[in-house]
Amino acid sequence: MDFLRPAGWAEALAAKAEHPTAVPIAGGTDVMVEINFDHRRPDRLLDLNRIGELYTWETDGPEVRLGAAVPYTRIMHELRSELPGLALAAHTVGSPQIRNRGSVGGNLGAASPAGDCHPALLAAGATVEAESVRGTRLIPVEEFYTGVKRNALAPDELIRAIRIQRATGPQQFAKVGTRNAMVIAVCAFAMALHPGERTVRTGIGSAAPTPVRARTAEDFLTAELRDGGYWESGRPLEPSLAAEFGRLAAGACNPIDDVRGSAAYRRHAVGVLARRTLAWVWAEHTTGEENHRCA
Amino acid sequence: MRSTGLTQLGGRIGESTPRPDGTLKVTGEFAYASDLWHEDMLWGCTLRSPYAHARIRSIDIAPALAMAGVHTVLTHADLPAATRYGLEIQDTPVLADGVVRHHGEPVALVAADHPETARRAAARIVVEYQQLPVVTDESSATAEDAPVLHPDRTDPHAAHVPHPNIVHRQPVIRGDVAAARQRAHVIVSGDYEVGMQDQAFLGPESGLAVPAEDGGVDLYIATQWLHADLRQIAPVLGLPENKVRMTLSGVGGAFGGREDLSMQAHACLLALRTGKPVKMVYNRFESFFGHVHRHPARLHYEHGADRDGRLLFVKARIVLDGGAYASSSPAVVGNAASLGIGPYEVPHVDMEALALYTNNPPCGAMRGFGAVQACFAYEAQMDKLAAELGLGPVEFRRRNAMSQGSVMPTGQLVDSPAPVAELLRRVKALPLPPPRQWETAGGAPDVRALPGGLSNTTHGEGVVRGVGYAVGIKNVGFSEGFDDYSTARVRMEVIGGEPVVTVHTAMAEVGQGGVTVHAQIARTELGVEQVTIHPADTRVGSAGSTSASRQTYVTGGAVKHACEAVREQVLALGRARFGTFHPAWGQAELLLENGKVVTDGGEVLAPIAEVLGGEAVESEREWRHRPTQPFDPHTGQGFGHVQYSFAAHRAVVEVDTELGLVKVIELACAQDVGKALNPLSVTGQIQGGTTQGLGLAVMEEIVVDPATARVRNPSFTDYLIPTILDTPAIPVDVLELADEHAPYGLRGVGEAPTLSSTPAVVAAIRQATGLALNRVPVRPEHLTGT
Repeated sequence: MDFLRPAGWAEALAAKAEHPTAVPIAGGTDVMVEINFDHRRPDRLLDLNRIGELYTWETDGPEVRLGAAVPYTRIMHELRSELPGLALAAHTVGSPQIRNRGSVGGNLGAASPAGDCHPALLAAGATVEAESVRGTRLIPVEEFYTGVKRNALAPDELIRAIRIQRATGPQQFAKVGTRNAMVIAVCAFAMALHPGERTVRTGIGSAAPTPVRARTAEDFLTAELRDGGYWESGRPLEPSLAAEFGRLAAGACNPIDDVRGSAAYRRHAVGVLARRTLAWVWAEHTTGEENHRCA
Repeated sequence: MRSTGLTQLGGRIGESTPRPDGTLKVTGEFAYASDLWHEDMLWGCTLRSPYAHARIRSIDIAPALAMAGVHTVLTHADLPAATRYGLEIQDTPVLADGVVRHHGEPVALVAADHPETARRAAARIVVEYQQLPVVTDESSATAEDAPVLHPDRTDPHAAHVPHPNIVHRQPVIRGDVAAARQRAHVIVSGDYEVGMQDQAFLGPESGLAVPAEDGGVDLYIATQWLHADLRQIAPVLGLPENKVRMTLSGVGGAFGGREDLSMQAHACLLALRTGKPVKMVYNRFESFFGHVHRHPARLHYEHGADRDGRLLFVKARIVLDGGAYASSSPAVVGNAASLGIGPYEVPHVDMEALALYTNNPPCGAMRGFGAVQACFAYEAQMDKLAAELGLGPVEFRRRNAMSQGSVMPTGQLVDSPAPVAELLRRVKALPLPPPRQWETAGGAPDVRALPGGLSNTTHGEGVVRGVGYAVGIKNVGFSEGFDDYSTARVRMEVIGGEPVVTVHTAMAEVGQGGVTVHAQIARTELGVEQVTIHPADTRVGSAGSTSASRQTYVTGGAVKHACEAVREQVLALGRARFGTFHPAWGQAELLLENGKVVTDGGEVLAPIAEVLGGEAVESEREWRHRPTQPFDPHTGQGFGHVQYSFAAHRAVVEVDTELGLVKVIELACAQDVGKALNPLSVTGQIQGGTTQGLGLAVMEEIVVDPATARVRNPSFTDYLIPTILDTPAIPVDVLELADEHAPYGLRGVGEAPTLSSTPAVVAAIRQATGLALNRVPVRPEHLTGT
């Protein structure tokens, strides 16, 4: 196995162009497991650890431009106000050691339906900045996931950054696992209010072959909030509205039975999470109090 | 390569004494068996069966042998001597002999100069399998046309089992259940199921075999019982036992999973074949196939009680899945049968326990050993009965609790303290943790105190608290007439003017803290400060297994006994040297204290250093606990157990009833330990056992596909064990009611807390949800009906 160690981004893109099968590695929290367990033996690894700009972010515009290799720990602690949903999702990734190494770029590269970032990116609204020697391509995150562990990257492309809409309203992320920490998602749900556009967006993880938005549920809720005058009045949501939102979110799932959980449970749990996260974001929106506390 | 002895300063018995390996383990500096290294060593690798039941048509090793760096490839055809081994029954092939009986069974071995080369070479071995139908449960094992997994059995149980796919069956009959049923005021029955739990020790199976010039081999190994390994390895190698020299290497936990051989014989075979040292280390995936697991069980119970809430009868049937090979299934059956009604007085008992041969993964020893499965079922039954009778769970148990003087269903008199009711009373009397602990002054919930934790699944919605109680009974030491002994060699000499004691045993230190206790005993008995624990090896006699909660009792007993012999020798030397100078040498009761010979009145006669002079005093002693008897094969009657141990738990849980997620808030335990030799270690054992029981209650299970008998989750990604965020506060209340039969009055500690933890947690979840919950681990699907 060859180990390519580009000193800069241009060199990395050139290396990827020359060796399209080279597997990029930053934190190594996913790639190294696959190698150690012999699930895959790439001819070449492309080490991105020397490329400083992948570990930085820019928050000047309406989008946060998040370097692909920024570790979860920094997202949790330093981008909490700009990216609250992603920060919550980052908090549920693996163990502290994994969060010190793992990154959103890696999560996208692996494109596992159980990746913790995906629902939060879908709900916030994000584009993947893919780059190659041919140039830069902006891929809406909805179009990035093309199948189980497959993504829209061309063989010569690397993820430079993820452009995520800066939060203008409350966001939530909730993930079901069968223990209270360090667990792969049985299913996950992310919820974001976009008060400026008076829309809501969602993301579902681990309950379909790819991460998906619950579009019918989003449309339903967006219309109800608009038609019911909720944005103006800020009044509490009708329980029946939240229940229907949960039901529609559950309907957006296309889950499987596996060793981590049954399809029926995943569908059920996504419905519960959708209902609850809606209540939390709406309460935060109307009271201004953040509805979550953690270490 | 060889670890040096641990010299410790510290406490005497009864004083909390830190472990010498504790800091090293926490800081990552401890040398485990997987860290062993030798100049010019080769790496061994095992090729395992992908099928649970198949005939091997052919094995072609040529492609593996052709690889550069490969030194040898071994199959069944290459075995030099005995081809099978086993703890109780020699039914396990060293390498598969024409047929594989479980997923992951070893088929071939490779030794190569690099672990990666060995792995790739193993992958190139071509094995042609013909798949066979799998036996996976009682009905498929005992069906008329069931494939008999071990034809031509000659083991001691073969004659009395009702079917050749039953390893062993043990009834326990007392009184007249049919008549008692007529008198019962309430009768409850239930079917229960326990999933397959794994020991999930941290250090995977590893060892290093070094061929010796005399044709023998030195094996450095992480194991639970050096001499049991030796007894099984030597015949496989075709060597006399004195040519197989074993030294314990750093062990990363065991919990029963290292009682059977894993890579021991394999590494030795490769070393002797190649003439080079061979190291083998399983990775986590392979480790799940490299050791036996806890028997999954299906249990049927029927309990009857009178109007006053007194148990009249218990009728029960426990079916344990032993998997493909016997391992310790017969002894697990004996435990389940004899302990299967719990720590209660029951006049009429009709119990049957049996273990099956199936094509599921082999099961054997794990902390709690047959008593865990039964405890889950009988404690569920006790709660059901209490509810029927309108009594509280603790009150109903109190009315039926056994005590010293009670008689077990086996007819055995309980002849030492059995404070069952008191243990329950103590956990019940503890204040309950305050409700809704997730609520904070700021108004935002602290999700760490909620089910789901940082996964942020609830801020209090759907959360219901439940409280549950359970108590259990576990035997200590090996039972049923087994000659259970330990050996200790104790030496005292003067080094640098100070008397120094060396304790040499073959006890496997697997994390239980035995080395600390041995030093405490030596300090107490011989009045010295400096004690060196010699590395455990087979140059001294057997210390028995580090299991069955027995090491402090039995090897501790042997160390105490050998120390007493050393003391007598020291005093004899003193009498010979100084007896004429002071009459007390001949008349008084003499002790060794603070490095001196003193009278029981405290008068100093001489420093030990002067008594010894240049001489060393040494004594090696075997020590046995009192003998036990086999159970009668038809009635289960007999003085089967050495000692009983008891623990009680109160579990407090918060259940997210909508999502089916559980947060155990507190798991209080009270346990009688007779005498806490090292109170710090005792608390650690109780908290560890409690946590392992919590794991079985809510998450730990090896999932085996019923159609193929293949393991579906052999990794820590999907075999979940509790993290620190799943581990609740565990207040521990230790009773010390001496057992006069045991050294210092002690009672084995390690297993009892694993029993009652599981049913207490499930009882609490039942209280919160109102669901029956007859299976562990409880899954979210069970709580949400999905």
